[in-house]
Amino acid sequence: MSTLSVIPTGFAIARIREDFPVLKQTIHGKPLVYLDSAATAQKPFEVIDAIRKFHEVDCANIHRGVHELSQRSTAAYEEARAKAKKFLNSRSKNELIFVRGTTEGINLVASSWGRKNVKAGDEIVLSAMEHHSNIVPWQMLCEETGAKLRVIPINERGELLLEEYEKLLGPRTRMVAVAHVSNALGTINPVRRIIEMAHQHGALALIDGAQAAPHLKIDVQALDADFYAFSGHKVVGPTGIGILYGKTKLLNAMPPYQGGGDMIRTVTFEKTTYNDLPYKFEAGTPNIAGGIGLGAALDYVTRIGLDKIAAYEHELLVYGTEALLRIPGLRLIGTARDKAAVLSFVIEGIHPHDIGTVLDRQGIAVRTGHHCAQPVMDWFHVPATTRASLAFYNTREEIDALVAGLAKVKEVFS
Amino acid sequence: MVDDLYQEIILDHSKRPRNCHAMQDANRKAEGYNPLCGDKLKLYVKIENDVVTDASFEGSGCAISTASASLMTESLKGKSRDEAMKLLDRFHDLLTTDTPVSKDLGKLVVFCGVRDYPARVKCATLAWHTLKSALTGVVEPVTTE
Repeated sequence: MSTLSVIPTGFAIARIREDFPVLKQTIHGKPLVYLDSAATAQKPFEVIDAIRKFHEVDCANIHRGVHELSQRSTAAYEEARAKAKKFLNSRSKNELIFVRGTTEGINLVASSWGRKNVKAGDEIVLSAMEHHSNIVPWQMLCEETGAKLRVIPINERGELLLEEYEKLLGPRTRMVAVAHVSNALGTINPVRRIIEMAHQHGALALIDGAQAAPHLKIDVQALDADFYAFSGHKVVGPTGIGILYGKTKLLNAMPPYQGGGDMIRTVTFEKTTYNDLPYKFEAGTPNIAGGIGLGAALDYVTRIGLDKIAAYEHELLVYGTEALLRIPGLRLIGTARDKAAVLSFVIEGIHPHDIGTVLDRQGIAVRTGHHCAQPVMDWFHVPATTRASLAFYNTREEIDALVAGLAKVKEVFS
Repeated sequence: MVDDLYQEIILDHSKRPRNCHAMQDANRKAEGYNPLCGDKLKLYVKIENDVVTDASFEGSGCAISTASASLMTESLKGKSRDEAMKLLDRFHDLLTTDTPVSKDLGKLVVFCGVRDYPARVKCATLAWHTLKSALTGVVEPVTTE
């Protein structure tokens, strides 16, 4: 991998790769080819250094000390929230809640908004391609309240059928919860239209942005999303931190999610009054280092530019799609016309786990399994797939390495 | 490169699994599931006078889990229930410990390479977990988790 191809968009890939220390290693004696960014993205020095600096220099609890270190940590943490506001283009930073990740964000809404607003006979609309994290919290809510799940079907390319979606919407629809980008298929869903249609029927819309945040420019105001959640670790930030966006009037009307310190204004044994947004939803000492790391990550990807990232990744996707389709017996799972850089596939007669093991021995990291999206696997009648998911630090040479690796796989199992 | 894991016998049994069919007159049945990879396995065992006289399986899985089920059903025939349970323990030790390889294992020693691939241990043990529930009469599908 000494010569890196010239990228038409002028993307400085060689320099970008220098920012990611993890990429410089060998695995089983081969250069690491990391194609599992949809599971978690690698971290640039900037993020690693920001977390280290917090622990080395500024470490203190936030929102409660008058001493210098506490003020510094509070400022750094709140600055990260301001960066998230810019990243999502929300109206106010008070409508951005720090959570552990997308999963907690969705659980917060299902639990807090759901229990207050969803009654027996109401309906929650999801899509057939949702990650388990955007299915199970709603299912739990339905079990508790007697509400029902309705599922938007997909076509053989892995695209949502909007005309079927339209039919599912009705007076009992309370919430539409859909992924912006599918983790298993790569499909980019027309969420603006989906939200608009939900609103026309008086329902709210929550968007699972876990796979969109690293690849697309997000504008929650333009989308008119009621809730939008994403995870830091998929967008080159640390694990254990993410953001839930919610419209102020919705968040204000919702009861707290967890009780504890920081989310209160006054506490007596008779009565507790709650803090303002966003703190009402942030009980206990948060993941301060994670928040600061997330801020650094958002700075990093914003500086490169989400538009440039999307364009570069699209070139990789086109290159990778063509390369994989030349392999006899390989079937791509997820061929949406609007697609993020995810290459999910099956090879006739070879189980994804065997593919994954043989690729690993060649230094190539892919994800194998059902990708926490068992319903969509069932739809395509496959128990599992092999998924190569690309990020802006990947190269065409790495896709070539994948293709060569798959040739080796076929050799072993021929 | 991966020859230590995918030994000839394993590849052979994964491509041409033995005893891979349903069994009408089985008197022990169990289902196994590996949620990690979605592998599902149905195991059929016939026990007469406390001796396994026949064993077979159905299901789809990776090369390791298919070969493991195939070789397991072969090695069970003629074993008493106690011997089968002991073999299960020996097999488990082979995959998860550094203890010397027991000669009771016979052909099953080809799975010794799995020890170096911790992510694949569950693939190799799925059939054996299922056997345990078949022999002990557990009705619920067993999972590797």
